[in-house]
Amino acid sequence: MKKRQKWFGWLLGIICLILVLAVPAYSKDKKKEYSSSQGWVQGIEIPTPGYRTWVKGLKPPEAKPIEEKTGIDAIVEKFMTPINDVLYNGVFYSIPFFGAKLKLVIAWLIVGSLFCTFYFRFVNLRGFTQAIRLVRGDYSNPNSDEAGEVSHFQALATALSGTVGVGNIGAIPILIMIGGPGALFWMMVAGFIGMSSKFVECTLGVMYRNNNPDGTVSGGPMYAMVKGFAELGRPKLGKFLSYFFAISLVIGCMGAGNMFQSNQAVMQFVNITGGANSYFASRGWIFGLVMAAIVGMVILGGIKGIAKLTEKLVPFMALFYLTGALVVLAAHANRIPEAVISIFTNAFSPEGISGGFIGIMIIGFQRAVFSNEAGIGTAAIAHSAVKTDEPITEGLVSLLEPFIDTIVICTITGLVILTTVYGDPSITGLTGVSLTSEAMSRTIPWVPIPLAVAVLLFAFSTIVSWSYYGLKGWTYIFGESNASSFTYKAVYCFFIIVGCSIPLTSVMDFSDAMVFLMTIPNILCIYFLAPVVKKELNSYWARIKSGEIKNYRQLRKRKRNTR
Amino acid sequence: MMKSILVGIDDSDPSKRAAEFAAAVARSQNAKLLVVYVIQWTPFAFNTLEENESRHKRHEEEIETASLKVLTPILNNLSKYGTNIEGFVRHGRPAELLTHIADERNISQIVIGRTGASGLKDIMFGSVASKMVQRSSVPITVVP
Repeated sequence: MKKRQKWFGWLLGIICLILVLAVPAYSKDKKKEYSSSQGWVQGIEIPTPGYRTWVKGLKPPEAKPIEEKTGIDAIVEKFMTPINDVLYNGVFYSIPFFGAKLKLVIAWLIVGSLFCTFYFRFVNLRGFTQAIRLVRGDYSNPNSDEAGEVSHFQALATALSGTVGVGNIGAIPILIMIGGPGALFWMMVAGFIGMSSKFVECTLGVMYRNNNPDGTVSGGPMYAMVKGFAELGRPKLGKFLSYFFAISLVIGCMGAGNMFQSNQAVMQFVNITGGANSYFASRGWIFGLVMAAIVGMVILGGIKGIAKLTEKLVPFMALFYLTGALVVLAAHANRIPEAVISIFTNAFSPEGISGGFIGIMIIGFQRAVFSNEAGIGTAAIAHSAVKTDEPITEGLVSLLEPFIDTIVICTITGLVILTTVYGDPSITGLTGVSLTSEAMSRTIPWVPIPLAVAVLLFAFSTIVSWSYYGLKGWTYIFGESNASSFTYKAVYCFFIIVGCSIPLTSVMDFSDAMVFLMTIPNILCIYFLAPVVKKELNSYWARIKSGEIKNYRQLRKRKRNTR
Repeated sequence: MMKSILVGIDDSDPSKRAAEFAAAVARSQNAKLLVVYVIQWTPFAFNTLEENESRHKRHEEEIETASLKVLTPILNNLSKYGTNIEGFVRHGRPAELLTHIADERNISQIVIGRTGASGLKDIMFGSVASKMVQRSSVPITVVP
């Protein structure tokens, strides 16, 4: 059994690597394909260079000022294009699949998540109530050393504030516009199986984290790769994968966690200050400078107050957003059944999308992965700060993350769009956050400004969180000296300004590709180390059943009743 | 079985009096005395990643300062009563944690000071003492 799994993991890994490396040969053919009759309506292919950014809600492709490239932009483009061609086409290399184009990396993630779901026999369902009990603190003894350490709730909240971002509000309308209501269904399915892969990666993160001599902890996939593979007798492979992961982590964070977020924030800011007429419309760098200064104060200047404040505000902003969305839904309650039906029927028989249901399935999956980060490995870094003797508990808690992020928040956004503005011809020209904003303001007219504040805060907290993830990758490669951390942080701040001032095309593609590159070592690591996690999980369940691990809440209740 | 008395302390004067009172009671009843210092902490807070990373270190430091500055002086002072004394520092919500310890360790009575160190907060949210009076399953003595 064990041997077969190893073999399976190896095979998948090798296939993927070969494809990544073999791409330059194919890229010529692929270029031809784009210019052929396949339009984006067919769902899954890339019609223009602007497609990627459009999907992520930056700008619709027609609004992209391709001719008027500024100096910085041109230099960046020139530098990035050749690297990008290889990487982007490689990572997003797609194969024909029942009339649709299946991006290889998406397939890799789907297979990985499905593997986790089945191998752990639907831990996402079995562990759900247990996860809630853990977050509630039922299993933590208040009279022990464990009290005062990072609690399960704290770890989950921190990880969530890095995950819940602009995408939850702004990318869903775009998802619906491209894929129709049915794409939401597949996004939910992806969130559901993503719960299992998140469970495994976070358990591994805690299991193999480093307890540094100075009392701090550092964990994440790179440590799991090094230590876990050494246990399996493959230290060299582990080391290779860990560096592979760390490098893509550093670059991916600069893009997806930094430039994408800051760009979204500046878009929203321009929107509320007057759209195209805004003073800031062509001066994004001013906003970027301010943003970089604030982020710099936090990560470089060590002014922790700002970060602490955001950390405390973000949950309330999320709550505010959800309440607002629920109010909108309540006002349109009569349209909810129709919307829900359309989600399910369109999932299997989409209208006007010739990629068929596989086409929108892929779009939905991609959205979910970007949103909840399952399978990418970043969340494991956040979760490994928890001090616990049972790594499984942290894994179980982390499976709530894709649930809250994708199945709850993204779905609610989707329902808001479907019950209000979907199918309304007057909304043309609006995308991303502004569409959600418009949808909500029809019921609650004052919503746009607090929503903009929420978006700015989400973007800020995500930028700060990802700076931390990226720093972990950086210090893993270059060591923990002050000088090296300072270099990283300074570069990170600089990229905020870049992200605000240029329309992102190839840079974005590049960092997307890097984020997805992280899934290759991470999911390989999951395949190899899954048996270790399974052993732990089984032992944990057995001890829960036998009562060896005490449920303190139940004990308290019993005591109160017997009194 | 030997009786145990629990006294909850912080670095306020009333709690020093409470500790002395509890020690006197313990001596007269020939009971064991449990001295507990609770550092305010809740598992339901929102932290940054850096805070989480260095939490373990901070946790140790907090316990060390609390026992050095508050617990040890009080324990030294109580040693004149000659009773069996045990003292420790814990993190948590004071009222909940003290009643929990009382239940867990089969404490026969609890002694606490009336006003704690955090003045204004207690006026606004109700003091630890009044919360404990409502929760506790054993007799409570509140020392002014």
